[in-house]
Order: sequence, then C-alpha cells, then structure tokens
Amino acid sequence: MDLTVVWAFIIAFAVFAYVVMDGFDLGIGILFPTFKPGRERDRAMNSIAPVWDGNETWLVLGGGGLFAAFPLAYAVILPATYPLIIAMLLGLVFRGVAFEYRWRDPAHQKFWDVAFSGGSFVAALAQGMTLGALLQGIDVVDRAYAGSWWDWLTPYTLLTGFGTVAGYALLGAAWLIWKLDGEEQAHARKLAIRWGAATVVLMGAVSLYNIALNAEYAARWLSAPEIYYVAPVPILTAIVALSMLRAILKERNSKPFWLGIALFFLGMSGLGVTIWPYAVPESVTIWEAAAPYRSQAFMLVGVALTLPLIIAYTAWAYWVFRGKVADEGYH
Amino acid sequence: MFDQLDALLLARIQFAFTVSFHFFFPAFSIGLASYLMVLEGLWLKTGKSVYLDLFKYWLKIFAIAFAMGVVSGIVMSYQFGTNWSVFSDKAGPVIGPLMAYEVLTAFFLEAGFLGVMLFGMNKVGKKLHFFATFMVALGTFVSAFWILSVNSWMQTPTGYLIGENGQYLPGESWAAIIFNPSFPYRLVHTVMAAYLTTAFVVGAVGAWHLLKDRANPHARKMFSMAMWMAAIVTPAQIFAGDMHGLNTLEHQPAKVMAMEGHYQSHPDGAPLILFGIPDSEAKTVRYAIEIPKMSSLILKHDLDAPLAGLDTIPDDREPPVGVVFWSFRIMVGIGFAMLGIGLWSLWGRARRRLYDMPWLHRAAVLMGPSGFAAVLAGWITTEVGRQPFVIYGLLRTADAASPLDAPAVAASLLAFIVVYFTVFSIGVWYILKLMGKAPQPGEYGVKRGDVGPIRTAGITPGPTQNPGGEETLPTDPQPGSTDKEPA
Repeated sequence: MDLTVVWAFIIAFAVFAYVVMDGFDLGIGILFPTFKPGRERDRAMNSIAPVWDGNETWLVLGGGGLFAAFPLAYAVILPATYPLIIAMLLGLVFRGVAFEYRWRDPAHQKFWDVAFSGGSFVAALAQGMTLGALLQGIDVVDRAYAGSWWDWLTPYTLLTGFGTVAGYALLGAAWLIWKLDGEEQAHARKLAIRWGAATVVLMGAVSLYNIALNAEYAARWLSAPEIYYVAPVPILTAIVALSMLRAILKERNSKPFWLGIALFFLGMSGLGVTIWPYAVPESVTIWEAAAPYRSQAFMLVGVALTLPLIIAYTAWAYWVFRGKVADEGYH
Repeated sequence: MFDQLDALLLARIQFAFTVSFHFFFPAFSIGLASYLMVLEGLWLKTGKSVYLDLFKYWLKIFAIAFAMGVVSGIVMSYQFGTNWSVFSDKAGPVIGPLMAYEVLTAFFLEAGFLGVMLFGMNKVGKKLHFFATFMVALGTFVSAFWILSVNSWMQTPTGYLIGENGQYLPGESWAAIIFNPSFPYRLVHTVMAAYLTTAFVVGAVGAWHLLKDRANPHARKMFSMAMWMAAIVTPAQIFAGDMHGLNTLEHQPAKVMAMEGHYQSHPDGAPLILFGIPDSEAKTVRYAIEIPKMSSLILKHDLDAPLAGLDTIPDDREPPVGVVFWSFRIMVGIGFAMLGIGLWSLWGRARRRLYDMPWLHRAAVLMGPSGFAAVLAGWITTEVGRQPFVIYGLLRTADAASPLDAPAVAASLLAFIVVYFTVFSIGVWYILKLMGKAPQPGEYGVKRGDVGPIRTAGITPGPTQNPGGEETLPTDPQPGSTDKEPA
C-alpha cells in the first residue's frame, strides 16, 4: 500500500474535521454581532465553550501532520501565504482568549465580544484565502517558495476567503439551531437561510472560477470519462443544499447541522478532485513532498492507535454537553 | 545580502519572542494541572472541603493560563513553517513525527477533557470528573515529553541519516531519535522546573493571604503544600541540573565553556568564575571573581582536571558568551534562593511556626515569579548556548530560515509584540486579580456564564453551574441594574 496516499487522506481528514468543527465555532464568532448582548450572546458562547479547544486542536494536527508527512509542502505553503497565516494566528489569539476574558471582566465584555467576532472573522477569511492561494498555484524553485509578496492576494483568493466565511457562518447558525430554542433559535434559522444562500452562491462561483483559472482543473471536471465520476459531486451538493433549506423551514432540530457537514464534505471532495495528486498544485506532487516511508509508517502506528481513542473521547465530551444550552437545568 | 541578514535576525527575534512568551504558560500549567489533580484527589479521599475550595480557586486561574497557552502554542506550531522553512523541509522527516505524536497523544487529551474538567462536574459525577482532571494533567506531561524530545534532538542529534536531497531522515531506530543523549536530563530538569514554578506561585499566593490573615485555613493549606514542594523538589532540581550540565559538557562542550566564561583552556584545574563581565573581543572575563580549580571540581570531580576553553573552538562555532554566562548565573542564583526558602520553611515547620513567620511569607511573595525567571533564564542558556546551530553541529541557524524579505518579518514581529503584550498582559492581570482575592469556603468554580435574565457585573461572582455548584453565590444586589448592555 502506498503510505503517501494514506497520509494524504489522513491530512485531508484532519483538515475536514477542523473545518467543520472549528468552522461552527468560528461561524458563531462571525455571527456574534447579530446576537443581542446578554442572554443570546452568552448562550451562543456557552454552546461551544466546552468544546472549542478540542475543535481547534485539529488545526494543529493538520499543520503538524503536514509538517511530518509532507515537510516540503509545509515548507513551501507557509512562506508563500505568510501574511495570511500570521493574520490567522493572531485572529485565533483574540478569539481564543475571549472565551475566558469576557467572563472575567464584565466591564469590558463588549471589547472582548468584538475581539471574539473580529478574531473569528479574520481567521476564517485568512483560512479561505490560504486555500485560494494554494489552488491558484505557488511558484516553487529549488525546494522553496519563489513567488513574490502579494501573490496570495487576488480576486480569486478573496472569493475563496469570503466563501469560507459564509460557509462557517452557515455551520455556526446550523449549530445554534440545534443548541438553542425559542426566539434565539428562530433567529438562528433566519441566519442559516441567509448564509446558506451566500455559501451556495460563493461555492458555485469558486467552482466556475476554478474551471476558468486553469485548463488542467477544467479537464478534470469537464472531459470524459472523468466527468462521469465527478458529476455526482455538484449534483449531490445541490440536493444537500435544498434538503438543508427544507430542514430549516420545517424547523428540524439537528438535521440542518448534519446537512451542513455534508455540504462541506462535498465541497472538500470537490477540492480533492481539483487538486489531486498535488500537495502544492502544479508544483509539488504528494510523492515529491512526502516524508520517507519510515517517518510515515511510524506516525501511522500512532494514528491507528490514538485516532479511534481521540474520536471516542471527543464524542464523549460532546455527549456530556448534549442538548439545549445551559438553562436552569444546568445547575 | 544585507537584507537577508536583517530578515534572519528579525526571524530569530520573532521566534525567541513568541517561544519565550509561550513557555511561561506551559511552565505554569504543567505544574498547576498536577496540583489540581492532587487537590481533587485529596478532596475525594478525605472529603475535606478545603481541598475542593482550593481546587476551584486554582481552576479559574488554570482556565485563563491554559487558554493563553493554547493560543500562543498554535503560533509555535506554524512558526516552523512560516519562518524556518528550510529547517522544516530538512528536519521534518525526523522531528515532524514526534510533533505529530505530541498532537495525537497530548494536545487532544488536554483539550478533549478540559471542557469536562472546567464545566462538567455536575454532569459526569466526581469520579469521572477526577478522571478528566487526571487526563488533562497527563496531557500536559506527555506534551512536555514530546516537545522536549524534539528540542533535545536538535541539541544532540542521533539516529539520523542524511538523504540525497539534503533532508535528515530517520535511521533504523526511532528510540535512538526520541531518547537522544540529552533528552532524559532535559525532560527531568524542565518538568521539575515547571513544578517548582507552580509551587512558588502557589506559595506566594498562600503567603500573601497569610500576611493578611494568618488564620485563613485555605491560605495555610496552600502555603504548606507549596513549601513542602520547595523543600523537597529544589534540592532534587539542583542535583538534576548538575547532571544535565555534565551531560552538556559531554555533548555540547562549547555551551558549557560559555556558561563558565572559559575563554582559555586550563590544563591544570579551571577556576569557577562567580561573576564578571565577559568580553568576547578580548576573549577574557573582566573583573572576574573566581574560586581557583572549583570549576574542574564541579565538572570533572577533580581539582586538577584539565578543562578545554573556547580557544579550542573555531570562532564561527562559538556561541555568544555574554548572554549564556549571565542567563546561567541568573538561573542558578534563583535556584539557590529557592533552596533557601525551602530550608527556611523546614526550620519554621520544625518550630511549628510556619504560619507565624511574616518575613518568610514576605520572602515567599517576592519569590512568586522566580520560577518563571529561572525557567526563562535556563531556556536562554540552553538555546543561545547551542548557537550558531539550530541542529547542533549540522545545520546553522543562518541556513535554516525562510526566503522572506525583512519587511514581511518585521511587520509580523511588530504585530506579535503588540498583540502579545496587550492580550497576555491583560490575561496576567485577570489572573493576579483572582489571586488577590482570598479563597473562600464554598469557592465558586469556573464561570461558564451565568445564563439567564440576570447578569451580574463587577467582580461579584455570578451563579455558576460548575464543579460542586451546590452553593448559592452572592449575586448582584440590584439584579439587572448593573447590566453593562443596553436594554
């Protein structure tokens, strides 16, 4: 078996897990200014307070895993998207400490609420733009980034950036539909529809842009026989988006969230089709970037032993805090 | 060329800055997680509420410190790639897997159980909650294990091959990489340092409240526990530090020469320079106060043993002496001051006057931050002492940086400085505010937000749904009226 392929899927899984899990955390941050100060904000925050830290850890696994399994890709992508990565990290600093600080200092709660939503927005935008910068291609010469300072900033990367912001906001709203009730849940439904529409539009725009951007991407999607294998992705995406709208309108509790995850899964699958088999599109394939067999095998043992446990205790933690968020019943 | 040098220097400053800031938080939370576990365990065993109160008191502080540790730690995990991409590419196959193991076996463990530890006691029951606390504490230790293995490998690389593409590749045995020669010493020395750091913080907080009320049972308990740690762990730490030093002499002699200020070789017994001003231009320590032959006695256990000096090391492989010389002395000085506090407390305990010694309490308050200073000084000693290499003897720091232009690194460095000083100073201020309040019987836990129509303001704790949340808590006398938000 080709461990490099296995590792490409493990990294993809970590990124996917990160995107959906921290996605709804960041989405709640993005939506935060639209919540009423007081009860609505508190409940929204409390719905993620026990789990955000675990969710964010997938980002470290994605980055650390890339470093370990594809060191060359890590060494190329991060300098190429330097300002984006720094912006994301600083955004996550503000977002992360706000979880504690806003309760510690009621006098400055408003300030920390702004830090929370601003940090979430910046982190989401930077992540989406990083993805765009990766997809539009990175100049590599001699095992190093060879582009210039501002290569990462293009209309395309802005599109992917805002697409990600919209998608996260959708996940956040869907999560809140599940965790809240009453008026606040109704508000979350409205938000989910609004941001869901934005997400679908931006996803479509990015897909079309991809085809225009690069003949190779276009070939992968539009030429026979590939088209028969990949056509289900956009078709399923449309079906899932419509089911999600239906689930929201029918006031279902958790279904919109699960369909949101399905939507992201399809988006990620589409990305996989577009990028494969590159680690850095058009410059470095996964095999060129791969760490040697011995490194991959050693880590695979660790993944095989720990990942089931991680998933189990993460699921347990979610189970402990299941149900509608913190009411009197909490005490 | 000039530009590249600037970018390199800026990248080094940025790494030093972000890692130093980050290091404070784990140095504290490794010890504090274990302390919390001990407190909760003692509470479960004895049923005494003083332990539960202390647990909840320190849990709030832990939550803030941990959040700061998490967010500053994520920066570190990306900094290798953003600023040290050549290093990442070359060393990724060897140290990448160790860091992946850290994420898999430590970070997830801490983060996964943290939510239950902070907010879940009423949901999962006492025993499962204790298990969660134990897992968080275990996670902090396992994290130290892996990251110190990585750092030690960079100091004393073993078990690697060099690939055709210039990468360092794992050799036959991962054990040879993980358990590289300096790792066991560095692990023991650093983890004990973390325990002592926490012990002196706890001791200072206890002492502070004893000075205000020497009858306060909570203050007495934590002060006593901290002083036991100071008395027992400090001597062990000094011994471990000595062993670590001997290990360094064997594997990184130039670092020890810089620590000792030995510019010249001493064929028949080297002096121990207590103080002086190293002058690397003139290759001498000015105004040196020294004890003849003492250095040979400490390092070789023989008064007349010859010791080589930096004159045997080519200039371009020499670490900066001044920084290493001084940071080492600061660390050692603090270590002996800690020992003094420990002995003083033993003397007080023997006379049954531990809680009636205001001068000891004042000294303990003063020593509160000493652990952080010692940890930082020690870290600087070992990190600057291995320069000019990032992987000792193999890869120079100057050859490891990313192809970034100086202004890009300067901008990010500035952003880190502004954000870190603002955000983390505020966090430390919140921690100090919590420490300033004496622990109470029926201490409230971490506040997950008092959800409901009534919000409290100011420093008055609101109702909570946290560990042992059976207590009713003081609420705002005028419900709603102090709400900071517009109606």
